Amino acid sequence: MNTAAIAAPGIANARALQRSLAQAERRRKLRGISLTLPLLVFLLLTFLTPIAVLLKRAIENPEVATALPRTVAALQAWDRRDVPPDGAFAALAADLGALPDRADAGNLARRLNSEVSGARSLVMNAYKALPLEGAGSAADVKARLLDADPRWNEPKFWQAIAKNGARWTPDYLLASVDLRRDAAGNVERMAADQRAFGRILVRTFGISAAVTLWCLLLGYPLAYWLSTLSARRANVLMILVLVPFWTSILVRVAAWIVLLQSAGLVNRSLMGLGLIEQPLALLFNRTGVIVAMVHILLPFMILPLYSVMKSVPPTYLRAAVSLGSSPLAAFFRVYVPQTYPGIGAGALLVFILSIGYYVTPALLGGPDDQMLSYYVAQYANVTVNWGMACALGAVLLAATLVLYAVYRRIVRAELSLG
Amino acid sequence: MKTSLFATALVVAGFALPAFAQQQITVVNFGGANANAQKKAYYEPFEQTGVKVVPVEYNGEQAKIKAMVETKKVTWDVVEVESPDVARGCDEGLFEKLDYSKIGSKADFIPAAVTECGIGVFVWSTVMAYDGDKLKTAPTTWADFWDVKKFPGKRAMRKGARYNVEFALMADGVKPADVYKVLSTKEGTERAFKKLTELKPNIQWWEAGAQPPQFLVAGDVVMSTAYNGRIDAANREGKHLKITWTGGIYDLDYWVIPKGTPNKDAAVKFIAFASQPETQAEYAKNIAYGPTNNKALAKLDAKVLAGLPTSPANSKDALQFNIKFWADQGEELEKRFASWAAQ
Repeated sequence: MNTAAIAAPGIANARALQRSLAQAERRRKLRGISLTLPLLVFLLLTFLTPIAVLLKRAIENPEVATALPRTVAALQAWDRRDVPPDGAFAALAADLGALPDRADAGNLARRLNSEVSGARSLVMNAYKALPLEGAGSAADVKARLLDADPRWNEPKFWQAIAKNGARWTPDYLLASVDLRRDAAGNVERMAADQRAFGRILVRTFGISAAVTLWCLLLGYPLAYWLSTLSARRANVLMILVLVPFWTSILVRVAAWIVLLQSAGLVNRSLMGLGLIEQPLALLFNRTGVIVAMVHILLPFMILPLYSVMKSVPPTYLRAAVSLGSSPLAAFFRVYVPQTYPGIGAGALLVFILSIGYYVTPALLGGPDDQMLSYYVAQYANVTVNWGMACALGAVLLAATLVLYAVYRRIVRAELSLG
Repeated sequence: MKTSLFATALVVAGFALPAFAQQQITVVNFGGANANAQKKAYYEPFEQTGVKVVPVEYNGEQAKIKAMVETKKVTWDVVEVESPDVARGCDEGLFEKLDYSKIGSKADFIPAAVTECGIGVFVWSTVMAYDGDKLKTAPTTWADFWDVKKFPGKRAMRKGARYNVEFALMADGVKPADVYKVLSTKEGTERAFKKLTELKPNIQWWEAGAQPPQFLVAGDVVMSTAYNGRIDAANREGKHLKITWTGGIYDLDYWVIPKGTPNKDAAVKFIAFASQPETQAEYAKNIAYGPTNNKALAKLDAKVLAGLPTSPANSKDALQFNIKFWADQGEELEKRFASWAAQ
């Protein structure tokens, strides 16, 4: 009884303490979150939202569904082989006539044209022929539409409309890996002369891998040498690494053009030395692209390597040698494994930056040196087919994420810069 | 003292700002020699009328205009666009419709220049060019361009399908008048790409219009496809580049007004100003692109006329770029080109 009387306030005190502790903890957490809130909002707005919008655009297909609801309904029963029934023609005329603005017809025309070449002028011709005055029956409407453009008799245009009746489509994503859906909706390979992105994707990875390898081969010895120098000398040399890093990419690309062209410095000196008779083709091919990309991306390899190498104590190497290892074996078996995090981080950085490269291959490469982002730009800017541009972007994003996952699997660590 | 200065500044700004905002338009062009000629012929004289012109360069990216119009934040007032984009942008509602009563009589212009949303700025041509100092016998046809025995060395062509498929067909013996008819058929495209394959090992590709004259002067290539104005600009700097006009493809660039610009009135005034015979003649004197206003021709001397794509001698065996064909087939052909290049 007595003990209880004493204990009760104690428990109450402990509870109060607990509560106030929890409160303090919550306040601290809230303050912490509120401090990071601007960053979170910033990331959400500038990073996650655009990516979400991009992914949405890659599967969004609103044009046909919004503009031609009656036609899509009328085509539902159609076997998708011969010319559709007259009712579909009437529904099409009614749909086009009901469009609020010419821009809607233009968007529809663009969408269908990317499916079947020629649909752009076909749709716009029909739109401009409206309204079909005095055309009473569906057969009349059909005759009038065929007058405006006889191509309405070709099933391929109707198939494109029927196929795109849904608001969402896998077509862009399929096209970015050289697949398509046939009239009945079955997935098949693209016609041989329209197959491109598979090879372009392979090429993108091939160029990136080559650039990463060259960066590693050139960057590793340099970073090692830098890490053995005194801080003062290392700093001076580090500036030499960083100066090109701060120079505009375009300037460096232009400089490579001057150096590598057939009457350029490299070819002239090689010919002057009598090593070659004819100037070498160093530009507007794969060589030029890789040379310039390695130059531009080299700092991204050297910096993580250097910072990791700085943290490797030189005593380990000395210990290995003093225990009887040959210097070369000690280097490869003791030193190199300790720099794996640097190699991993540097290679990943260079590789991921490479696969998104655009301007360097565009200016220094031929048409078979262009990487995926060149086509993203082409679809976004020239053909204004944003669905396709976003699908290609999504493929790049997926490739990057897969790579990062593989990297984590191999290295079993988060990406670190040393 | 400080306060009074601040007050003065405020008052000045108060007077100056609205005036400033009213009298400024952004005119977007393709840069280079063309932009300089536009500055001399159009922007500077137009500024005399009290409207400041802010020139902006771009590379024809329609995505920017589309984004501006879709988000209703239009900061470009007048844009120079290539011909396929005029009809397409007009159909898709990106451009304002032009009121020709405020611009000029339609009859004064060459027929291709007058469209619903855009008016022709100038006529330009994609032609065969070579260095007169290096090549003694002149190549006269596209068959010569393909003839690597007669003219050994690399050729430069624009990276992409546009123009190149036309040139390939002409090299294969198709008459300019029939090019688009042949190209519309499956066999025709096949034939064009087959002909391009023939030349493929000897092609050095260019991306920007400034590259062909550089390649020619540097001796990287013996011949190149090029925009005639760029060749003219290089020659004004003392080079001796030559043009073969036979089988050239001429086309127009257009002024358009992005839909929803707050400065539409000033934009229309600018377009009207730049469509006059006097200003167009001045432009043609600065760069060898042909005026779209027929009356401008009378104000040019024989020497200037001889360098324009529109002069009778130069346009005699030329081909007009087919906008409709490319609006319909462009996407597929460019994709096919990418596929072809990867083989």
